[in-house]
Amino acid sequence: MDSGTASASRRVTSEAVGTSLPRVDGIAKVTGRARYLDDLDAVGAWHGVTVRSTIPHGILDGLDRDPAFDWTDIVVVTAADIPGQNVITLIELDQPALVPVGGTIRHVDEAIALVAAPTRARAFAAARAITARVTPLVPVLSIEDALTGPIQLHGADNVFKRFAIRKGHATDGEIEAALAASAHVIDSVYRTSPQEQMYIEPQAMMAEWREGACHVTGSMQCPYYVHKAMKPLLDLHAEDVIISQTVTGGGFGGKEEYPSMIAAHAALLAKVAQRPVKIVYDRDEDIAATTKRHPALIRHRLGLDALGNPTVIDVDVVMDGGAYATLSAVVLSRGVLHAAGPYKCPVVRIVGRVVATNHPPHGAFRGFGAPQTTFAYERQIEKAARLMGADPLAYRRRHALRAGDTTATSQVLGYSVATDEVLDAIEQCAGTPPVRDGVNASGAPVKRGRGVCFYFHGAGFTGSGEQRLAGRATVALAAGGRFEVRASSTDIGQGAITIFTQLAADGLGVDASRIDVIDPNTARVPDSGPTVASRTCMVVGGLVEAGAKLIAARIRAWAESVGRAGSIEDLADDAFGALGPIAETTQYTPPPGIAWDDATYTGAAYPVFGWAACLVDVAVDLDTYEVAIERCVQAVDVGKAINPAIVKGQIEGGTLQALGWAVLENVVYKNGKVANATMTNCIVPTFADAPELETIIVEVPYPFGPHGAKGVGEIPMDGPAAAVANAVALALGVEFDELPISPEVVAQRLGGQS
Amino acid sequence: MPKLTLRVNRQTHTIDCSASTLLVEALREQLRLTGTHVGCDTSQCGACTVHVDGASVKSCTMLAVEAEGAEITTIEGLADGDKLHPMQAAFQEHHGLQCGFCTPGMVMSAVDLCKRVKAPSEPEVRTWLEGNLCRCTGYHNIVKAVMAGADGMNGGKP
Ligand code: FES
Ligand code: FES
Repeated sequence: MDSGTASASRRVTSEAVGTSLPRVDGIAKVTGRARYLDDLDAVGAWHGVTVRSTIPHGILDGLDRDPAFDWTDIVVVTAADIPGQNVITLIELDQPALVPVGGTIRHVDEAIALVAAPTRARAFAAARAITARVTPLVPVLSIEDALTGPIQLHGADNVFKRFAIRKGHATDGEIEAALAASAHVIDSVYRTSPQEQMYIEPQAMMAEWREGACHVTGSMQCPYYVHKAMKPLLDLHAEDVIISQTVTGGGFGGKEEYPSMIAAHAALLAKVAQRPVKIVYDRDEDIAATTKRHPALIRHRLGLDALGNPTVIDVDVVMDGGAYATLSAVVLSRGVLHAAGPYKCPVVRIVGRVVATNHPPHGAFRGFGAPQTTFAYERQIEKAARLMGADPLAYRRRHALRAGDTTATSQVLGYSVATDEVLDAIEQCAGTPPVRDGVNASGAPVKRGRGVCFYFHGAGFTGSGEQRLAGRATVALAAGGRFEVRASSTDIGQGAITIFTQLAADGLGVDASRIDVIDPNTARVPDSGPTVASRTCMVVGGLVEAGAKLIAARIRAWAESVGRAGSIEDLADDAFGALGPIAETTQYTPPPGIAWDDATYTGAAYPVFGWAACLVDVAVDLDTYEVAIERCVQAVDVGKAINPAIVKGQIEGGTLQALGWAVLENVVYKNGKVANATMTNCIVPTFADAPELETIIVEVPYPFGPHGAKGVGEIPMDGPAAAVANAVALALGVEFDELPISPEVVAQRLGGQS
Repeated sequence: MPKLTLRVNRQTHTIDCSASTLLVEALREQLRLTGTHVGCDTSQCGACTVHVDGASVKSCTMLAVEAEGAEITTIEGLADGDKLHPMQAAFQEHHGLQCGFCTPGMVMSAVDLCKRVKAPSEPEVRTWLEGNLCRCTGYHNIVKAVMAGADGMNGGKP
């Protein structure tokens, strides 16, 4: 840690980095000039609509078109029209773009046919005029059914993927022995609900074929994921698939993998219709059909010695993956890697499974498995503190990891561990806890309570992921004294364009106004890896900074060779005349001393972790049973805030999503179908639900991140739900181990008690 | 198709429009004023908010024919040429946006509030904007931006 801090503090902080430069894309967005996909004009574009299944499990026997409908200006596409393989390429090759006739329907709202028409209204009418003939099969609609029921959806046991982490023991018997030898065992079962990303811009994509090449543009996080999926589906060479991102109205993981599906549909329709086709989802369709956060069932056993020191942690995590494998294995991986929390413990066993059900596939959502397991371990730590009669913050401080300690995967933490910094920050601003009994602003009786939590989040891809991916980014000299940044990382609202601008400006030593971050387009930008995993600033930003420095060095070398002096800004235009559009592409190399073993799940799970602590004050209305969040403080270590306002914005946005997940957000399935598929009943926090958010940025630099920066996108999502549950438990004297802590649940728990 | 005359952003337009055409459809599809966004089908999100005779209205809840004769302002009509409206400037300056999809609706609602209440308090801002959803910002910077925008509209005096 010492060497890390020292090496990072030697860096010169120049003008752009560390300032809250207004967003580069801000003016276009406040004036309404920014063009999202649905705002684009395309000459002769038709509208595409998806025909979907209405049963969770069954055989598609046939598709019937209503003969009374006028089909003259309608294009219909089925699986038979797919030129290549009928598969959306991701980790497994199990998900079709369209269920073929004779094939198996695996979830409600699965795509079974497509239609396109000159207007949206005609396309919807045509979609309604197609009926599916089906033979229903018995569905699997819960984790318990998947594990113990008779229906086999995947392999013999319905398990898509399993992981096991072992520390300090060799056999399961040793775990039981360690638990038996503990003075106390806290044994609880936790359940978390599915959560909808609810980006405000619905999913949207447009495709067009020109000279044998397929061009797809739309709202997405990962152009190269879409690129990879289109090649086998359309049977095209890499250069004949061109994917570009439009301005994107939020993603949060929801536009990580699902856009490949919509791109496939638009491309197929455009091919048959021989014209551009646009698919823009309705909100209800978006909620019903696209991915959500994985619901999880977690049993957590925490053994303590007589002094309250953790002696053994045993966690069993099961997630509902839904009908196809999608990204579930990776989500589960992150879930288990965080399941022991940032605490010292000599003996740890974590077993994770993600199972197949007939729910629509669950997928990426900010936090990516860690919010679920964080909820469980921070409830456990809270119960331990209470059992020992210890102050919750002091108990966490005593048992938290520091530099030199080992994690559950036996990773020795070398640097950038911000445990004390974030706990200090929370403690300093905590103030007096609320008095338990009181009234709220409308005079209703309430019970108040305060909850805290302490947590960490691995930044970047897991294990050797970044190394395998070998992301690249380019910085180039352009005409007119300007510079280009080319990366496939997308700005989905999180501020990537602005951050890259600042990093490039500082690397070059020029003003930010000289930088153009070009729109991600697979024909023009290298594969920087996906825009996920809190990696864009830390990993790709680092590449941008490195490329900028290389370009600056080349300009300086040229200047020296021709006897010129001056700043890079002064030299750039003439350098372009002499050198042309020189470009430097850099590729990710892992920091030294990072080793990960995929076979045993041991070693450096992440190059570095971000650290955070959260404090929440709640008031539970005893008339309506609503949980109001009266105060929420988050102290989050980000290594270095390249743009403090943008970093704070990331923390605030993630925090409110976490508070929403804690008390009001839920996706309700009935017979495998989303029963609350509108914005009216699939609610997310409004202004009225949101407390004033207090955000403290902590900076303990990561020696291998740009200017010390590490990831920030996901971490704020992980902790607040546990802090809320801890606060409500204190206020009411009843444990809350399930999310959301909705009025119905509070009423039930209080009713059950009396 | 029947014709309809609409006054939008100080200009008169005659468009084709059926009795069931929503104002948001007329603005986006006929007039190509795409700064007014559509985020839902249930009048929930507020991304489509415009001004009709100065008052903020969710344009997905109003038929185009109902807006005939009224003075409609969309986000595109708010700035004075290249000079941002003080509320737009405040959103940009105070990082009151991330993905920007909710922003035009937020700005239009906020302008209406600040015309009614010169210096709104934080609770007043939060209550007024309850019909506008943002999933990115946690609302924190939007509140700050609206209060700064109120100052700006008021000639810089709180
Ligand atoms: S589009 Fe959502 S309220 Fe109008
Ligand atoms: S800025 Fe993205 S929804 Fe508000």
